[in-house]
Amino acid sequence: MQRYILSRLIQSFIMLVGVLFIVFFMLQLTGDPVALMVSRSASPEQIEELREELGFNRPVLVQFADFVGNAVKGDFGMSLRHNQPAMELILERMPATVELASIALLFAMVIGIPLGLLGGANPGSIWDMLARGAGLIGQTIPNFWLALILIMIFAVNLGWFPSFGRETYQFMGLALPTKSVILPAFALGLFTMGQLVRFTRSAVLEIKNEDFVRTAYSKGLADRRVYIKHILRNAAIPLISILGVQFGYLLSGSIYIETIFSWPGLGNLLAESIGNRDFALVQAIAFFTSLVVVSLNLTADIAYGMADPRIRYGE
Amino acid sequence: MTKILSVKNLVIKFYTFDGVVHALNNVSFDLEEGETLAIVGESGSGKSVSMLSLLHLLPMPPAKIENGEAYFYGNEEEPVDLLKLNRSGISKIRGGKIGFIFQDALSALNPVMTIGRQISESIIEHLGLSHAKAKEKTIELLKRVGIPGARQRYDNFPHQFSGGMRQRVMIAVSMACTPKIVIADEPTTALDVTVQAQIVDLTKELQKEFNIAVVWITHDLGVVAGMADRVLVMYAGSPVEIANAQDLYSNPQHPYTIGLMNALPNVKGDGDSRLASIDGIPPDLMDEPRHCQFAWRCPHAFDRCWEEIPQQVSVGENHVVSCFFDVENGRPKENV
Repeated sequence: MQRYILSRLIQSFIMLVGVLFIVFFMLQLTGDPVALMVSRSASPEQIEELREELGFNRPVLVQFADFVGNAVKGDFGMSLRHNQPAMELILERMPATVELASIALLFAMVIGIPLGLLGGANPGSIWDMLARGAGLIGQTIPNFWLALILIMIFAVNLGWFPSFGRETYQFMGLALPTKSVILPAFALGLFTMGQLVRFTRSAVLEIKNEDFVRTAYSKGLADRRVYIKHILRNAAIPLISILGVQFGYLLSGSIYIETIFSWPGLGNLLAESIGNRDFALVQAIAFFTSLVVVSLNLTADIAYGMADPRIRYGE
Repeated sequence: MTKILSVKNLVIKFYTFDGVVHALNNVSFDLEEGETLAIVGESGSGKSVSMLSLLHLLPMPPAKIENGEAYFYGNEEEPVDLLKLNRSGISKIRGGKIGFIFQDALSALNPVMTIGRQISESIIEHLGLSHAKAKEKTIELLKRVGIPGARQRYDNFPHQFSGGMRQRVMIAVSMACTPKIVIADEPTTALDVTVQAQIVDLTKELQKEFNIAVVWITHDLGVVAGMADRVLVMYAGSPVEIANAQDLYSNPQHPYTIGLMNALPNVKGDGDSRLASIDGIPPDLMDEPRHCQFAWRCPHAFDRCWEEIPQQVSVGENHVVSCFFDVENGRPKENV
């Protein structure tokens, strides 16, 4: 297991170096970054001066080494717009995104996995129709459209939920979610829910025909036990990797959902920073998001190894 | 000897998209306490289907039991018809009273559960022991089936065992609650010959120790000769002959059985003679049987064989044959 984790760690590290490389050169590819930062009326001298000041006149490799050195320390430079360190801004926005993503994932799991299990266990039944319907709807409804419809029905007409913004409930120093998260979390989690239903259903359908399931029945175990201890446990293996990928996707912040609901999270910040050509911030968010996705995949890989002994001991 | 299981007139069909498969036609046999009954036949002859159906382990649909009864006498109370039991009724029989050994232990064991848990969950279910007690019993059982280092191996997963060891685990699963009957569905087919012999010996030992009746499904006549008390020969979903193993080998009465015996390689042969075979191929099970299923390939088939389905007829003590022809005297049987 240690060797397995170590090899995954090394892979993740290489991946992150690659990301840093891309994030850095992304800026170079836009042409002269300084030209984008100054106003149209700036004189060549002024541009040269700024270039000097920001270090853009140095050789590219030196700049890259510098960039990596700072990035490792969490320093991505100052946000031009906010005049605040980029990383600081990200960490400020992170709790809102974590809240939204966790609740969206929770919703997706609580509905998606049991529904997929019921559908797969009773193909052709009413549960199966529900499961297939939920899978199809979840994966095909565009979430920005759904978000607008939800606002119209539940915020404007019924007035049950606020139509925008994040409110928290302070309890013992913790900012707990309030009902303001429900609409955005639903809109954001629906796609993941659809995926989970479909994957759980097809995994269950496949696994229940395996020989070991027949063995479990031949031991006189009840349906419930066979499904939970034998079938679901085997289905957990593919589900874990999906959960990892999906949570990464949710955590990197949804630009659409956060913008529509004015949710003060990472996606919103990203949209804003792109609009403002706030390069340091875009770079920082891009790297931060990759870091989150890579760590989640790493976690999923390790969990995968724990769920499947064949991977654990295979090394 | 007392009867432990009595199967009568079992008929099973599979309703598939392509049509109806006549998987089992009127199969009847008895099983005595502690004996070994071998069911032999080629692939698709209905060996496994007949046994799986008794425990409701066939996927239904497409399978459907059209007719028949299967009385099990191993309960404390009245004998029960296995085919009529409900879900919870059959669950008590499965594993508790009738154990199953499957062919390929690698796929028949759950890959992500320790073998210890796979054995003890059955003990907890049927004998109501605590987890700790069930674990002790499981370790005893693992020792008994010859797994070295049983205590450490309790926490191992199936893929960490060799094929023979895995089949020993499978045997432990089937016998965990000392059932009355163990059904072994080609348990040695996937193993090499020396391991096969060990598994056969182990099964025989445990069978004697716990007085278990064993139904050994196989197409290996060599294994049958070595361990069976009685043999049921199946062909195309129909029973063709039931006899004591001795009788079957020395005095086969059905043309199919005779063909099988002739097809066995002879060690004493000069090595030049070709292996005897039965001409033709088995019938398509999609066609409803209207006459003897072996008629196409039978050297003795006459008019009647193409008109009627032969019933099981006793031709001696413990010897039942479904055939209109008297092979001993070389003429059609009278009064059948």
